[in-house]
Amino acid sequence: MTTANEPYVLNIGPQHPSTHGVFRLRVVMDGERIQDIDMVIGYLHRSMEKLAEERTYTQNIPFTDRTDYLAAMSNNLGYCLAAERLAGVEVPERASYLRVIFAELQRIASHSMGNGTFINDAGAWSTPLMYMFREREKILDLFEMTCGARLTTNYMRIGGVAFDPPNEFYPAVNALIDELPDRIDEYTELLVDNEILLARTRNVGVLSAADAINGSITGPMLRASGVPWDLRKAEPYCSYDRFDFDIPVGHVGDCYDRFMVRLEEMRQSVRIIRQALEDLPSGPHKTEIPLALRPEPGEAYARVEGPRGELGFYVVSDGGPAPYRFHIRAPSLINLSLLRQMAVGASLPDAIVTLGSTDIVVGEIDR
Amino acid sequence: MPRGPRQLDGHEVARLLSAAVPGAVTVATDEWVEIQPGRVVDVMRWLHDDAEMDAAQLSNLCGVDRYDHFEIVYHLQSLDQNHQIVVKARLTDHEAASVQSCFPVYTGALLQEREVYDLMGIHFDGHPDLRRMFLWEGYPAFPLRKDFLQIVDHHPGLPHFPFETGKQER
Amino acid sequence: MSAALDPIRVRVRVTSPRLAVTLGIVLVLFGAASIGIAYVVVSGMLDGHWYDFRDLGLGMAHLREWLNEVNAGQPAALSAFLGDQWISYITGALLGATGILTFFGLLLLILVWVERRLIGRIQVRKGPNRVGPFGLLQPVADALKLIQKEVLIPIGADRFMFYLPPVLVFIPGLLVWAVVPWAPNMNYLDTNVGVIYLIAISSTATLAIFMAGWASNNHYALLGAMRTVAMMISYEIPLSLALLMVVLMTGSMQLSTIVQWQVDHHVWLGMLMPLALFTFFFSSTAELNRTPNDIAEAESEIVAGFHTEYSGMKFGLFYAVELGNAVAVGAFVAAFFLGGWSLFGLETWIPPYLIFAAKAFGGYFVLVWLRGTLPRFRLDQLMSFAWKYLIPISLLQVLLVAIEVTAMRYMHFPDFVELSLVGAANLAFTIFIVRAWATFLGYRPEREQVLKPTMAKQMGGLRAAEEMRTR
Repeated sequence: MTTANEPYVLNIGPQHPSTHGVFRLRVVMDGERIQDIDMVIGYLHRSMEKLAEERTYTQNIPFTDRTDYLAAMSNNLGYCLAAERLAGVEVPERASYLRVIFAELQRIASHSMGNGTFINDAGAWSTPLMYMFREREKILDLFEMTCGARLTTNYMRIGGVAFDPPNEFYPAVNALIDELPDRIDEYTELLVDNEILLARTRNVGVLSAADAINGSITGPMLRASGVPWDLRKAEPYCSYDRFDFDIPVGHVGDCYDRFMVRLEEMRQSVRIIRQALEDLPSGPHKTEIPLALRPEPGEAYARVEGPRGELGFYVVSDGGPAPYRFHIRAPSLINLSLLRQMAVGASLPDAIVTLGSTDIVVGEIDR
Repeated sequence: MPRGPRQLDGHEVARLLSAAVPGAVTVATDEWVEIQPGRVVDVMRWLHDDAEMDAAQLSNLCGVDRYDHFEIVYHLQSLDQNHQIVVKARLTDHEAASVQSCFPVYTGALLQEREVYDLMGIHFDGHPDLRRMFLWEGYPAFPLRKDFLQIVDHHPGLPHFPFETGKQER
Repeated sequence: MSAALDPIRVRVRVTSPRLAVTLGIVLVLFGAASIGIAYVVVSGMLDGHWYDFRDLGLGMAHLREWLNEVNAGQPAALSAFLGDQWISYITGALLGATGILTFFGLLLLILVWVERRLIGRIQVRKGPNRVGPFGLLQPVADALKLIQKEVLIPIGADRFMFYLPPVLVFIPGLLVWAVVPWAPNMNYLDTNVGVIYLIAISSTATLAIFMAGWASNNHYALLGAMRTVAMMISYEIPLSLALLMVVLMTGSMQLSTIVQWQVDHHVWLGMLMPLALFTFFFSSTAELNRTPNDIAEAESEIVAGFHTEYSGMKFGLFYAVELGNAVAVGAFVAAFFLGGWSLFGLETWIPPYLIFAAKAFGGYFVLVWLRGTLPRFRLDQLMSFAWKYLIPISLLQVLLVAIEVTAMRYMHFPDFVELSLVGAANLAFTIFIVRAWATFLGYRPEREQVLKPTMAKQMGGLRAAEEMRTR
């Protein structure tokens, strides 16, 4: 009997603890080493872009929640900015501050989730994840208090935000941002100097700055590779130009840097929220717009710095009540462009950690 | 329509582009530059390499169906200069739309071009891995085209699973 | 957050006087019982009787005497055929086996709850608390669910080989408990090759695990099985070397003698040989597939490893054996390194088997703690740790222990002085060799400092990135 060398094909997913949703990797392996990797996606495709062409501009806001369901506020914000630019709607001062507050709260919540699941992928038995869930829970409570929903918030409106936060919101959010830096220090103590975590994540999935820029990588992944690029500073939207904050930038571009950049961004978000709460102006929280908004024919591309990277909305109008074309530039999808480059040649655990460090949300990949 | 906050004037870009890549530009407006679909790689390479343009990153790529033609919209981003350039390619052949892939210049086009191919049916010449992405190989239509719902005898949705045998097509 | 805004999650706190009264009565009864027991123990009413609960072995001794009398009355023909004391042997074997099986079964039931509660506490959540008081009946509910579940066998699986492993893996898990020295006269199998028995029995589980992985016809399972075999073979060596040090020092392979040696010398072997203790414990976590060495069933990588395809009670058996083995490791760490049933004289007051159980569960608690805290190693890191660090260092330590034992034979200082010298020498050697060997293999943590992210105020692309890097 002769034996032939057959490729050992491992299907990671669509149901797998580390794919964070219905996402499949076909991995060709040689022992523990990965020879080739192929993504199979589309299990969660809900044709958001097509559906949006049939609905009015306001009706499209709930769709944006459901793309990246871990960062609903940022998605709402990006779409509303695009629609406002298209229709020429002015946003009151107070609304733009509230948008900043909620987008940054959402960033903390999303990074907690991302970092927690990343450590889970590195093999910790859910403990860091549960720690980070504790803080995320409080943020979701704040969302619930303000707009009634926890995950798919549907809070931003074209021309402002849906509701003014209730009076109870302010003491709660102040207590939270006083507590958060200590909590982040706690994670740092638990994880950052952990020798096993360092051994698992340092120099794993390295992405050089040039590769990352050329591969359209954005967000914490780009910054971990050493590129100081953040849309909140480069192209300030809302009122980000009035706040004092820093952009953490990594050194090597490995999984450890991505983890650290996310951790540091949580601290910076706390700074932004604190400043925004101090300067929160009074006034209306919303500009009234016509129910069926009919912008002039034209197009607008607005983007925000979402928790996963540049979150762009390209909206084309033909003068009708619904967008002629509605395109979401999904950072989760585009950050996966270089997964093959990062994972081939590494071992299976390294590939899993690398995938975890890209912090994907399958709802956003498939849309 | 106002330009984005840091978006370059299309006329200005067109002027420089015509000098460097003659014959590539067809139309220029305040907002964007329209180029020949057959010259995409040349244009992109020049925009990427030129020190003043410095379009280091392909920020966004998407297609728009205009009934009789397609538009491919490229949002290019310069990180060092911090400006944005919008380039469009007009594909007049609606039946067999095809455009040069900009993958040789931007590796970030890999999945974005696959997505446009999958949902809009535009063929990218020179793309290394042009397959359906969200939908399965053999799906008969391209959903983001405007005539998707008017296709005779085509009902979007799955009558049965793709490779399931023994059942009649609906 | 105000409760008014959050009507769904208002917590209703019910303080019932009945509960307080019940708790009070229980406390009073407990105190009275404690005083009574203390009186009985101190007054010497128990000494030498079969009902001396401090030493269950005494009861067994009485039983043995009685059985010998029964033996003597047997017809000679039967004795000639089965041996002189066949009634004692058979009764003893049955009683012991029943005891171990009962203990093991109850232990597994409790452990499921203990592990989940402990991990829950570590993870700032409550853990199972719905079924029964404090969720104590959760394991029962789990077991009922598992028994009811359909056992799925994948297409293409080798059916016979697929059925066998859950049983095969259960047998060594049960058999290792035979040599556990609970108390002075309380061990089921006090064989003089106890250490070898332990190593031999525990390594047979590897075969069952590989069978499970192979027979499942599943890629994850096969990967897990391959990992298990690679890891077990690697870690069996440092494990055996650690036990070799114990054997060298005590001069016996009999577990009761090893414990007795520690009692006689008023010292724990873990104090004398910290490196052996660490090696044994770490290798055991590898053998047990527990964090940080749970690569064989690494959830985030290969789903569940070798038992991916097992469902129902077959999975339950794997799960249960894993938990039982964790306590067994605690028990053997206690026996070999933590003085067994002795606690510096306290064992005359507290039943020794309780001391032993406390030590065993202490070891188990450390395992749970590690599981709740640490991430997982990578396979190659784990292998290189065994072959490049643990084995050479252990070999050197074995050499040192051999020299020390020989020296002790020729010197006639008091025990205390000798053992202090040995302990100090081993501790110094451990610290020295760990540092020296790491340096020898090129590990210099002080040179490669971990860089925290730097703060950028100015945005830019590749040029800015290079500027930041050069700064």
